[in-house]
Formats: sequence, structure tokens, C-alpha cells
Amino acid sequence: MAAPAPGMNRFYLVLGAVALAGIAWLVYQVGKPSGVSIPVNVTVLAADTAGFRGYLMGSPAAPVEISEFADFQCPACENFETIQFPSVEQQLIATGMVRWRYRDFPLDMHPNARLAAHAAACAEEQNKYWEMHKAIYARQSEWSPARNAAGRFSGYAGEVGLDVGRYDACMKSAKYAGRIQASVDEGTKLGITGTPTFLIGGRLYPNVLGSDSIRALVRALLPKPTQ
Amino acid sequence: MGIAVLSLAGLFIAIYMYLYKIGKIGSLVCGTGGCETVQLSPQARFLGVEVALIGILGYAVMLLLALLALQPRFAGPAWPARLLPVLAGGAVLFTAYLTYLELFVIHAICRWCVGSAVTVVLIFGLSLYDLRRPVRS
Repeated sequence: MAAPAPGMNRFYLVLGAVALAGIAWLVYQVGKPSGVSIPVNVTVLAADTAGFRGYLMGSPAAPVEISEFADFQCPACENFETIQFPSVEQQLIATGMVRWRYRDFPLDMHPNARLAAHAAACAEEQNKYWEMHKAIYARQSEWSPARNAAGRFSGYAGEVGLDVGRYDACMKSAKYAGRIQASVDEGTKLGITGTPTFLIGGRLYPNVLGSDSIRALVRALLPKPTQ
Repeated sequence: MGIAVLSLAGLFIAIYMYLYKIGKIGSLVCGTGGCETVQLSPQARFLGVEVALIGILGYAVMLLLALLALQPRFAGPAWPARLLPVLAGGAVLFTAYLTYLELFVIHAICRWCVGSAVTVVLIFGLSLYDLRRPVRS
């Protein structure tokens, strides 16, 4: 076999150098930490929970309150959110019968759950909590297996119209870690062990409830009209 | 030679985008912040296939053709050199469509996509130039 021309040798050398540089850069990008991490089991300060009892949807004057303790990374919660919740929202919350309180209960088995809860908390700062909440659940399959989901959430933040610079600064500060932990502590005290769990009329309902069941429970709890 | 180097660079851009898409990379190095918006949009899939994956395949084939065209037995306007402008031309049209989506549908610009677009246009130009260039004996 004939030896390649000297010019070709130089070319293959350049091509090899570009290939090596490219591979090294990709390896660095894959291993690079995101710079965002939400600590677990932080000490909860009074300021973390001052006046905060979960994310409220609906009229504060609605006669029935339902608290949902949920984990953004839990498939059953996603299932409830996308299949059952739209009719609950339309028929019970929008009509003023129910005020819905979403409480974070990230489970230890879900590595991105606390990050997701914090991303939604940062969106609340810009009055777009429910938009972000919905985006996070709707794309669960996309970010759930991600090695580093922070970039995904930052993308959703842009999509729902947040000021991404402010959002990123909020995520880096991890300022809501205490608030999330407080919600977990409260749920644990109530006896919650899994998600989603609903607190309706002072009773806990573990596992997914269908919208029909929720409607029936709400009807039973609504104040009876006086004759 | 230039086509091979450009195809390799384009290949790395496409792999980078794809690694982000499948969750192996957390965030993209992107000054505008539009890269994530573009990559996470529904338009980042074409006929059910990730656009980044199409890019990987396209650049890999162009790299292979460019390397083949450099071999002595394919010297002159042999089939690899003739096929390159056809493929690169298709890539330019596809890139133009993707740029339209960025500007008018997604309303976000991804710098890596712009980099890929420039690369594809250069490859197309070089492949045409190579076809017209007289063969050295």
C-alpha cells in the first residue's frame, strides 16, 4: 500500500486533533456539575414558613379545602395531575366549591423531586407558580431520568414566561429548601408516607383519587342548604 | 479537506445537542438562553425523530463522503464528490426550515443551531467548489 502524501499526513493530524478536542469537550460537558443543588433535611427556620401553607388554587373563601401532598417526580402524581386534576379544576375549583392546596412532599427515592419543587417555588416569586407546576408535570418523562434536570427546568422557566436570570439566581440560592422541608415535616407528622396523599375534611386519602370520588367527597362536605 | 473538518465540527455540535436532549447534559452553554427553549420545543423533533439525531447522521455521512473523496482511487469528480453537494444542499434546505421555525414559531435563537447552519452552508459551498475545481494529475 502506498504511503499517504505528506500533505495528507498533516490533514489527518489536524482532523485527529479536532476529534480529540471535541471528545474531551463533550466528556467535560457531561461530567460538569450544574451549580444548582437543593439541600435535604435543612433546619427549618420560622421565616421559611411564615404565612405559607402551600400553593393555593381557587377562592380562599371556598367552603371545602383539599390539600394534596405530592412529589413532582412521582408517576402516580403525574397521572393524577394530567388525567384527574383538569376536571377537578374545572368543576370544583373554578366553581368556587373547593380551594386546592398543593403541598410539596418530595420522596427521597426521587433525586430530582426537590429540585422540581424548588423550581416551582422560584416561579411563584414571579407569580407563575401554576404555569411552572403544570409545565413540570407535563414534561415529567423528559426531566425525570435526566442526570441533571436543572437545565431542563430553566428551559421551562423561559417557556412559561419567567425572567430566566431572576429564576436562575433563585435556584442557585436554594432559598426555598427550608420551606420545602417544612412541608415534608408537616406531611410526615400527619402520617403521610407516600404520594399523592389527599387531606380532605380532616381525613387522609392515600393513593390517587379519581375526580368522581373527589366530587362525591366534596358534595358530602359542602354545607347543607338551610330550609 | 475543509469539508471533513467542518463535518467533524458539525458532528460534535449535533452530538452535544443530542446529549442534552436525552438528559446526559444538564444545561447548554448558550449566551442567549434560547438554546434550551429551542431544544425543548416540539419543533426539536421532525417526523418523530430528534432533529439532533438527524444532524448526527447527516454530518457523519458527510464526513465519510469527504474522507472517501480524498482517497486516490476516488480522485476527480467520482461519486463521493458528486454526492456531497446533493447531501449538503438538502442539509441547507433543512437548516433553512429549522431557522424559520426558530424565528417565527419558537421565537428563540439557539447559537449552536446558528453555528450548525453556518457549517452546513460552508460545507455546501466547498463541495460545489471542489466539483468545479480542475483535477490535478
